[in-house]
Amino acid sequence: MANPKKLLIEPLRKTNPVTVLVLGICSCLAVTAQLKPALVMGASVTVVTALSNFIISLLRKGIPSRIRIIVQLVVVATLVILIDQFLKAFAYDVSKQLSVYVGLIITNCIIMGRLEAFALSHEPWESFLDGLGNGLGYSLILIIVAFFRELFGSGTLLGYQVIPQSFYEAGYQNNGLMILPPMALIVVGIIIWIQRTRNPEMQENNQK
Amino acid sequence: MEKWFSLVLFRFPIFVAIMTQHKNLSNLRRTLRDFFIASKEEQDGTLNDRIGGLRRYVNKIKPNFVEGGRFAWLQSTFEAFESFLFVPDETTKQGCQIRDAIDLKRTMIIVVMALMPALLFGIWNIGYQHYLAIGETVSFWYMLGFGLTKVLPVIVVSYVTGLAIEFAFAQIRHHQVNEGFLVTGMLIPLVLPPDIPLWMVAVATAFAVLIGKEAFGGTGMNLVNPALLARAFLFFAYPSVMSGDKVWIADQPDAFTGATPLGILANGGTELPSAWTMIWGGIPGSMGETSIIAIALGAILLLFTGIASWRIMLSVIAGGIGMGLVFNAIGANSYMQLPFYYHLIMGGFAFGAVFMATDPVTAPQTNTGKWIYGLLIGIFAVMLRVLNSAYAEGMMLAILLMNCFAPLIDHCVIARNIKMRQRRALAHHKTAKQ
Repeated sequence: MANPKKLLIEPLRKTNPVTVLVLGICSCLAVTAQLKPALVMGASVTVVTALSNFIISLLRKGIPSRIRIIVQLVVVATLVILIDQFLKAFAYDVSKQLSVYVGLIITNCIIMGRLEAFALSHEPWESFLDGLGNGLGYSLILIIVAFFRELFGSGTLLGYQVIPQSFYEAGYQNNGLMILPPMALIVVGIIIWIQRTRNPEMQENNQK
Repeated sequence: MEKWFSLVLFRFPIFVAIMTQHKNLSNLRRTLRDFFIASKEEQDGTLNDRIGGLRRYVNKIKPNFVEGGRFAWLQSTFEAFESFLFVPDETTKQGCQIRDAIDLKRTMIIVVMALMPALLFGIWNIGYQHYLAIGETVSFWYMLGFGLTKVLPVIVVSYVTGLAIEFAFAQIRHHQVNEGFLVTGMLIPLVLPPDIPLWMVAVATAFAVLIGKEAFGGTGMNLVNPALLARAFLFFAYPSVMSGDKVWIADQPDAFTGATPLGILANGGTELPSAWTMIWGGIPGSMGETSIIAIALGAILLLFTGIASWRIMLSVIAGGIGMGLVFNAIGANSYMQLPFYYHLIMGGFAFGAVFMATDPVTAPQTNTGKWIYGLLIGIFAVMLRVLNSAYAEGMMLAILLMNCFAPLIDHCVIARNIKMRQRRALAHHKTAKQ
């Protein structure tokens, strides 16, 4: 059995699903204009990846290889609907803000990617940790991006005014570009840039 | 005189950089000695006595900055100042590349010179528009002075921010510092409105240099024009200072509407300044874009020295005229009925065609590609202006869009050429067999 700590921690850093595998970018652009939806989205995806990895790993010996994608989709879709109903019941505002993106967790490449690449060939407990780690890695990037976008785009964090009024009186303005989706892509790009500069072994050798 | 020149331009900036590094006094003394006094070999008199004092001085301190020298970490900075002052004497050692007589630095300086008429006119025009708006008549020098107080700070901020980032990156990556930013740093102020807050200029310049240039690998590697990227950044990030009819005249009184011709048209108006006014440039607008005559002077210099591509300039204008004529033929509203040549003299069309579209890095390299690229810029610029009133000026977005497509255009042109020659060779081969 692989080191459980490694399974949990590595996806936060060197095998991060967003900055290294570049998966789940779509929702990363869509829900990060503010911190709160990003937190909820991150938590939802983490729960879905962890549980779906666990369930598929339990079933892995009984699933015929030819229909495995359908089985995976059924499991993921069930979990996503549960999450969606849960959010509607207990966090209605955020649920409305996230709108279709909760439902679209089904299409998040990270989930299918982990199921195919990990859960089908590993023990349930390992798979659970791997799903949890990848979900957390995704959440981490989401939170970093949303932090900067909300801070510079709206001057708030979690809805509370952070940049003092005196700044605005002195001529400061919120950056409208931060609210627009392209800036999320640029912020993710900067995170990848910093990560690769700090870990030179992650750079592919492009010399021909 | 030369000594002062050397002190200010060359010794001082590096000296300041070093002073901040050494707090220990004895260390500092050794540093100073190494820095100002020649190395042993140089003192032996290997230098040619006939070369000028400044050159001699640069040669004298050079050993300290090359690999293994005391200040090897400042190599890029040294190289930048040295090649700024003197044309480098390095030549290609092998292969058969054809080298031009002037290097990148000299090229960039000519572009900066070509921008001077637009800059000087812009400075005067800011004063002229301001005093016109508040209804005072003042002398020529007052207008120039007022304009200077608006333009100079923006230029300083743009240069300081951009060059600081350039030097830092060159130093970290052990690259040479390239003078591409001398042009970018001058272009940025010229495409901004006169009342732009300075911190926004700094943020936009930093964004353009970091994301637009350094992320792609520095000078010569950028995908889009950095100066236009800075403008686009401000346009989307802070629309309130970049559009509307309150920002184009410096210190504008509230009651006065200072809409640009494009702004008037986008809001459905038809009361434009006369064509002649728009050609000589006495209208509100970005700092350097209003006078077609001043831009034309720059264009003549660029074309005469062969630095800008006449194909691109001509095709952008042709594209603009063509699209203008198409809209004239449709004539569905008053904007479409506007005489086609108005599009060439309003807003940033002329400035973009001469200084932005012709940027050799972001334009296609093939001649056919240049025609396609230019035509599409002209077409899109006019199309955006007329059809999308949310963006009064289409030139910026048209050039940025075509910048992104430039590599693809080149690829298609080359692929087609290869295919054509292959077919020809094949046909030749067949006839030879028979």
